[in-house]
Amino acid sequence: MPLVKAGHAVEDRYLPILDEAPIPDSVPVIIPAARLIADFADIAGREAPTGVLWPNNRKVSELEPFLDRLALVALVFPTFKDGRAYSQARQLRERHGFRGELRATGEVLRDQFLFLARAGFDAFEVKKDADATAFAETITRYSVFYQPAGDGRTAVQRARRDHARRAVGVPQHETVR
Amino acid sequence: MTSPLQQKLKITGPVVITANRLGDGAVVYRTLDGHWTRELDQAAVVSTAPAAGELLTAAADDIGAVGAYVAPVCVDKDGSVRPGNLRESIRHAGPTVDLPTSFGI
Amino acid sequence: MYLYDDFDRTLVAERVSEFRDQVARRLSGELTEEEFKPLRLMNGVYLQLHAYMLRIAIPYGTLSSDQLRMLAHVARRYDRNYGHFTTRQNIQFNWIKLAELPDAMADLARAGMHGMQTSGNCVRNITTDQWAGVATDEIEDPRIWAELLRQLTTLHPEFSFLPRKFKIAVTAAAHDRAAVRVHDIGLRLHRNGAGEVGFEVIVGGGLGRTPFVGKTIKPFLPKRDLLSYVEAILRVYNQFGRRDNIYKARIKILVHELGAEAFAKEVEAEWQPIKNGALALDPAVIADIAARFRYPDYETLDDSPPALAKARATDRRFAAWLDNSVANHKVPGYAIVTLSLKPEDGPPGDATAKQMDAIADLADRYSFGEIRVGHEQNLVLPHVAQRDLPALWRALDTIGVATPNVGLVTDIISCPGLDYCSLANTRSIPVAQELTRRFRDLDLARDLGRLHINISGCINACGHHHVGHIGLLGVEKNGEEYFQVTIGGRADENAELGALLGPAVPYGEVADVVEDVVAAYLELRARPDEIFLETVKRVGVEPFKERVYATR
Repeated sequence: MPLVKAGHAVEDRYLPILDEAPIPDSVPVIIPAARLIADFADIAGREAPTGVLWPNNRKVSELEPFLDRLALVALVFPTFKDGRAYSQARQLRERHGFRGELRATGEVLRDQFLFLARAGFDAFEVKKDADATAFAETITRYSVFYQPAGDGRTAVQRARRDHARRAVGVPQHETVR
Repeated sequence: MTSPLQQKLKITGPVVITANRLGDGAVVYRTLDGHWTRELDQAAVVSTAPAAGELLTAAADDIGAVGAYVAPVCVDKDGSVRPGNLRESIRHAGPTVDLPTSFGI
Repeated sequence: MYLYDDFDRTLVAERVSEFRDQVARRLSGELTEEEFKPLRLMNGVYLQLHAYMLRIAIPYGTLSSDQLRMLAHVARRYDRNYGHFTTRQNIQFNWIKLAELPDAMADLARAGMHGMQTSGNCVRNITTDQWAGVATDEIEDPRIWAELLRQLTTLHPEFSFLPRKFKIAVTAAAHDRAAVRVHDIGLRLHRNGAGEVGFEVIVGGGLGRTPFVGKTIKPFLPKRDLLSYVEAILRVYNQFGRRDNIYKARIKILVHELGAEAFAKEVEAEWQPIKNGALALDPAVIADIAARFRYPDYETLDDSPPALAKARATDRRFAAWLDNSVANHKVPGYAIVTLSLKPEDGPPGDATAKQMDAIADLADRYSFGEIRVGHEQNLVLPHVAQRDLPALWRALDTIGVATPNVGLVTDIISCPGLDYCSLANTRSIPVAQELTRRFRDLDLARDLGRLHINISGCINACGHHHVGHIGLLGVEKNGEEYFQVTIGGRADENAELGALLGPAVPYGEVADVVEDVVAAYLELRARPDEIFLETVKRVGVEPFKERVYATR
């Protein structure tokens, strides 16, 4: 399952740690949510990056106290049709100001890449190899976005204003006969 | 949702496997030699769960059609095959109402 | 009407290009049906009994004549020369080939049309009053708000995989012609005590298996806050709507299970952090969208031109049509004309390609090039000069869209039913056709007065039977078609669900039953001008039940 970051497949530095296994010191790890909360006192002082795998049926506001110490949050799409993690992603980015790696895991398919990126994901555990190679092309498929999201792509209202300012002297109002 | 393949097939009479053709959605029936036909009288008619299951499995693997399932048919004394319920009749013969093509102007 | 600019056109073109790629990957087998299905649904492509069905969005029911001509072209080139107008102001084509869909969509895109938001678990076409912009009782044009919401919700990255479909309707008139109280979100634009214009926000209405009338969670929302508040509602729904059971997945179930107050609190919690963010509507943005709506350059005309009175007096058929299908317009000298797509024997809501072309030409000649689609499956020419009514009527009569039965017993609202739809239990179109024959006598129809019959072929209620004055719901009993009959439903500002009349009746008898219900009404009504709905309200269901089931 390739990991895609910055538009292409990369090696995954992070080691997933299952529930009771010991957490190695000098390796980036992704640990389950319950473990993060229970063992936070021990984990907080880690030198190597720490990530958490957060289920899609828990409020991300619970993550708030831990976010400064987290380099990565992995959210889950149990099926690609279950869209809860899109809301979680936006809340993490836009409300809680999370700046670390936001990773999409689970059933992550090509036709959701752009939605995922716009919701704030910047890393993708992609289900199919072919989709990983198509990532860069897929992500540029659209140039117009109707609504603002946390990804910084200019929404159409702003774009129209900017465009209108540049186009001087174009008549704005005509009536229909 | 349980896939048709995993559901235990309850066959109480003659059945065919039917689906919609991928390219145009037309109603098709599975033949004995593993193809899809538009003609009901060329469809494989079976009466046991294992036979239906085998046809269904093969059909589901065939990307030429979508949503294969088991449909009841009636077989007349002369061997001709008819759809076994109203829904299958409509699938076979088309809407029971005239299309509004000669309608209005 | 709203005019696309380069941005709108680019988005639609990019959408077509993406779908062309997805179809190619489906036809090659690279995408399985399971992976492809949500993608095609997001473009309005269903797989029905006989073929693929394409549902095209007609945002808030407004069409230009060029767009109507394009629909006629699609009907001819890719389908079987007709289309079906739906209860959500969209149009459906029933015989489309998957392989030809990208080309059909490219053609539609040239006219600024598409199938986005017409299916799938996303926000659907935002509907409104088919008389928007011209109704005498509206406080302002609701379509501007519908367009702002359309842009908010189209290809929204966060809300494209909701628990279930999501339907929004907007009204701005005293009389609600948009059925806002039976939508997931209903928005009622109104004036508050201080004279400010804002929205009543109603959530959790809906028909289907568990019908509900919506609850008001915000009596007055300033215009500025519309988009952020709707986003907050969607965010609560996306996170907490049920995903374990498809029949409990709509927002109405969430609102019902939490209670309106608790639900409103959740929305507030999501809303407070974002209400002053990028979605806050400043007057410049609103003005920009409003400016993209072109209104006709109306002439200064008088009401009731003499030629009109003369035609009325000399032609009884014209008079009947004038009294039935023509409504007052907010601009003096003009009129709103409804085109009945419910002729005797006709499938309700269908129009042939030839009719569409003819109507487009008439729109150019008599209605400033604009047509509307109503949720009762009729069309409207919204800007007709009263002096043109006699000539217009003759033309409409020739093409078969001037039956003077608008709002009457034969103006039946019906889903396509088992003749087309893979979800149906029963057929519905032949039932509607039979009823148009039983009640073909226009004098009788006029005497019965306003009477809405709604037919749904299954519990999904696409025919809106719950809110029909007489509602027919198709059910299956022992492999046979049966109908449950309800009476007394209504979809307007006093929305109410119909009450069950009695045991389900077989397909072969349902037209008889409807005749008996109507006969009971004639017997029970207090005065000729007490309409069916009022009689049911006054006497209740029992007297109807007694009479209808006396011999059954």
